[in-house]
Amino acid sequence: MSLVSYLINGISLGSIYAIIALGYTMVYGIAKMLNFAHGDVIMIGAYTVLTLMTGAGVNPIVAILIGMGVCTLLGITIEKIAYKPLRGASSSLAVLITAIGVSYFLQNIALLVFGADTKSFVSVVSVPAITLANGELIITGTTIVTIIACIVIMTTLMFFVNKTKPGRAMKAVSEDRGAAQLMGVNVNATISLTFAIGSGLACVAGVLLCSAYPSLTPYTGAMPGIKAFVAAVFGGIGSIPGAVIGGILLGVIEILGKAYISSQVADAIVFAVLIIVLLVKPTGLFGKNIQEKV
Amino acid sequence: MKKLLCLGLSMILALSCFTACGGGNADAGNADATVFKIGGIGPLTGGAAAYGDAVNKGAQVAVDEINAAGGINGYQIEWKMEDDEHDAEKSVNAYNALKDWGMQMLVGTVTSAPCIAVEAEAVNDNMFLITPSGTAVDCISGANAFRLCFSDPTQGTKSAEFIGTNKIASKVAIIFDSSDPYSTGIKDAFKAEAANQGIAIVAEEAFTSDSKTDFKVQLQAAKESGAELLFLPIYYQEASLIIQQANDMGYAPKLFGCDGMDGILGVENLDLSLCEGIMFLTPFTANAEDAASQSFVKAYAEKFNNEVPIQFAADAYDAVYAIKAAAEKANVTPDMSVSDICDALAAQMTEITLTGLTGEITWDASGEPNKEPKAVVIKNGVYEAM
Repeated sequence: MSLVSYLINGISLGSIYAIIALGYTMVYGIAKMLNFAHGDVIMIGAYTVLTLMTGAGVNPIVAILIGMGVCTLLGITIEKIAYKPLRGASSSLAVLITAIGVSYFLQNIALLVFGADTKSFVSVVSVPAITLANGELIITGTTIVTIIACIVIMTTLMFFVNKTKPGRAMKAVSEDRGAAQLMGVNVNATISLTFAIGSGLACVAGVLLCSAYPSLTPYTGAMPGIKAFVAAVFGGIGSIPGAVIGGILLGVIEILGKAYISSQVADAIVFAVLIIVLLVKPTGLFGKNIQEKV
Repeated sequence: MKKLLCLGLSMILALSCFTACGGGNADAGNADATVFKIGGIGPLTGGAAAYGDAVNKGAQVAVDEINAAGGINGYQIEWKMEDDEHDAEKSVNAYNALKDWGMQMLVGTVTSAPCIAVEAEAVNDNMFLITPSGTAVDCISGANAFRLCFSDPTQGTKSAEFIGTNKIASKVAIIFDSSDPYSTGIKDAFKAEAANQGIAIVAEEAFTSDSKTDFKVQLQAAKESGAELLFLPIYYQEASLIIQQANDMGYAPKLFGCDGMDGILGVENLDLSLCEGIMFLTPFTANAEDAASQSFVKAYAEKFNNEVPIQFAADAYDAVYAIKAAAEKANVTPDMSVSDICDALAAQMTEITLTGLTGEITWDASGEPNKEPKAVVIKNGVYEAM
């Protein structure tokens, strides 16, 4: 029974990685940049929702919607101020360094505004836990909601990208930015939209992350952000189902490694698996191997 | 060439400063021979300011009491605390500033890492040092240095003793932070002593500073091992997550922590009903009922705007009284040199028995205190002595 329990925990943790990884992978797929500040947008989202709920007594659903709005605006602002002017820069390194800068900027702003103290997050999930097998197996409401949210978000995104006009514009930009522009796609607007969606998702991820692990500090987003980045690469960066599968696999490997090998080297195991996968399949599990035509 | 000149000049400057400091110190022992000058070093600003502030105030209460009662051997005491912002380099600067002031004994430093740096200086000067709250083993490596609180490993030993003597549990699981020497040090000592106490360690689970949010696996392992008690030699931030996740799993073991657990009731938005029954070692609680504690709490509140003293204040209070006890036994006077005072005090520290706020304390030659561990349990949202 403990194996089942570990698997469920792993899938739940993995679903959170997956939602964060979706933000990474979409931005990478379309803007061809690694948005290292993504993890910190999660933290800002969680703080916003917590402040609204405990400070202003706002209903959790409304708080999440406002939080998503704040994160969306934040995402677009970051993109306009910090990334867009560098899009034409000769080195892609410049925008990567800027992203790291934005990450530290957000952390320090949060330190100033919210302080360094750990705040316990008030869970927004009111779904009751399910008890199975005579109390041997308890699945918390947060776990259920997290897994469902992950599936819903993935399906919606896939539908959006494949079936709607702005979604197809995203695909076009990701495949060939120049050609898309010639075909009348507004590249800048499309990239902004991607950041908006990614940052909105970051808020959802932040709320789910903090509901499952209710401790909020200005550094809360940093480590899950890195793990989710790993998940995105693992699944094949740029691929939506890849990010989800990568995230869930990462969560399961992490939990099982902790349970059956050693709780001290769990992280080492996760990254060792990543190295092996990348050695065998450099583009990740679902990555497309696009041949450059000469 | 310019660089060389620069370097040379700054060397000269540094050297001249050095001799000036040394000269000042040599005279200071005799210059102001009518008072004892006790210095304190600790963080008065920055993240750890709460600790340094409490030490400053606790020591001030002790100094005022002693002065009102006639001082040490008939001499009054002067107390001065310098800020180190919990930074080793600033701490050494604070130490030098206090030496210029004429410090003869040091209560400090408050936090471990700066204490290790300052202690190295104090050994060279043979300056008497008693740290109220530096828990790292290396804080008191020299013969001049003593400690008032328990060291990290001692906390582990004492926790095991406390659990064994009071028959709290016989099967224990440990969750510790393998990336933190504080946590690992306590865990190792706890394990060593548990064997003597008839306590079986049925699970030993770790986490690191990079993965300190998900404890479900560790808790699952503890639950399956049949542990009645979960020993948590960690800080309260992680402990607050552990108790919530254990509650989610329907796992309700007894919980026992060390001084790092102090503060768990201050975590914002935490459901305090989950904290009920948590036990941890702490030398002092403000609602202890003995007369000494009560009068200390009252004096502290009167002097400092109704503040309630924390354990650091009690540690500092006892540290000042330890100096008094040793100084009276050794019959030291303020006109002695710093080094002579240190030798005389150090010789007597192992002879005295201090009945302080944190217990009845004796010291061994290595500078470590011997006292009964005190524990508190959280009941109805407040700490209650056990």
